[in-house]
Amino acid sequence: MSSDVHGTPRRATLLWATLIVATLLTWGMGATGATGKGAIAILAAISFWKGAVIILDFMALRHAPLLWRALTLGWMILVWAVIAIAYIKGLPQ
Amino acid sequence: MEQNTLPTVTAAPLEQASGPRLAGDLAIWFFILAELLAFGVFFAAYAFTRANNIELFDAEQAALNRNAGALNTVLLLTASYFVVRAVQAAEHSRSQACAHWLLAAIACGAGFLVVKMFEYAAAFEHNISLSSSPFHMFYLSLTFFHFMHVILGMVILVAMWNGARAGRYRPGDMNGIETGAAYWHMVDLVWLILFPLVYVIH
Repeated sequence: MSSDVHGTPRRATLLWATLIVATLLTWGMGATGATGKGAIAILAAISFWKGAVIILDFMALRHAPLLWRALTLGWMILVWAVIAIAYIKGLPQ
Repeated sequence: MEQNTLPTVTAAPLEQASGPRLAGDLAIWFFILAELLAFGVFFAAYAFTRANNIELFDAEQAALNRNAGALNTVLLLTASYFVVRAVQAAEHSRSQACAHWLLAAIACGAGFLVVKMFEYAAAFEHNISLSSSPFHMFYLSLTFFHFMHVILGMVILVAMWNGARAGRYRPGDMNGIETGAAYWHMVDLVWLILFPLVYVIH
């Protein structure tokens, strides 16, 4: 049976499980009070990876014309770049 | 016996064109881009206001209910997963299963709204308002702007649920469910940045 652009239930379930684990990691970092450039880099990487799963797999943009992947993933890169710049700006000199 | 001599007609398989395909209506994708830009500006404004008010933002962020924020992330991600399963079911002409997955997604979305309302009730009890501090202004307006998007997403999910029960979505007729699903995933995507930004990063 053709699975078109939406993938298989098995793949979706595996991705969902990894998204939940990633969320628990983010929550754990909040609970332990992780802070500083390293912590932010990890939080941004986790968030970016989760967003990429939503964009590429759940929204099925993996199979869309390149333009739509570039616009959505580019949005995420831009937003995290701005957050990182603002964070570094706010660090004690 | 004569039937055996009739030529057999085999249905052509419903194969999609193998080239790239954008799932859902083109218009929803322009709408999604506009929404992402609006949230992006909001996130940037938060980040730079925080950079000039670090101590205030860190102290007030510490008082937020991070557990509620994380629980809501799990609820939204699970709702998104259920929507994917609904789309996959529709793709295989399983309308009943499609409707069930959508109902499960609606339940998760409702869970998100309930958790958020408890969070707001607790905030108002502590006299937190839009004017109580720059952090609270961002916390309330950003999360409420998102909250309104979840409500619209719920309306769309209910419409999709009705469509699925009427057997409206099937191979070759997926535009309606794919369009609604794309909107719901956008609401999830935005929260995946909002949660670490407002609840965790300090």
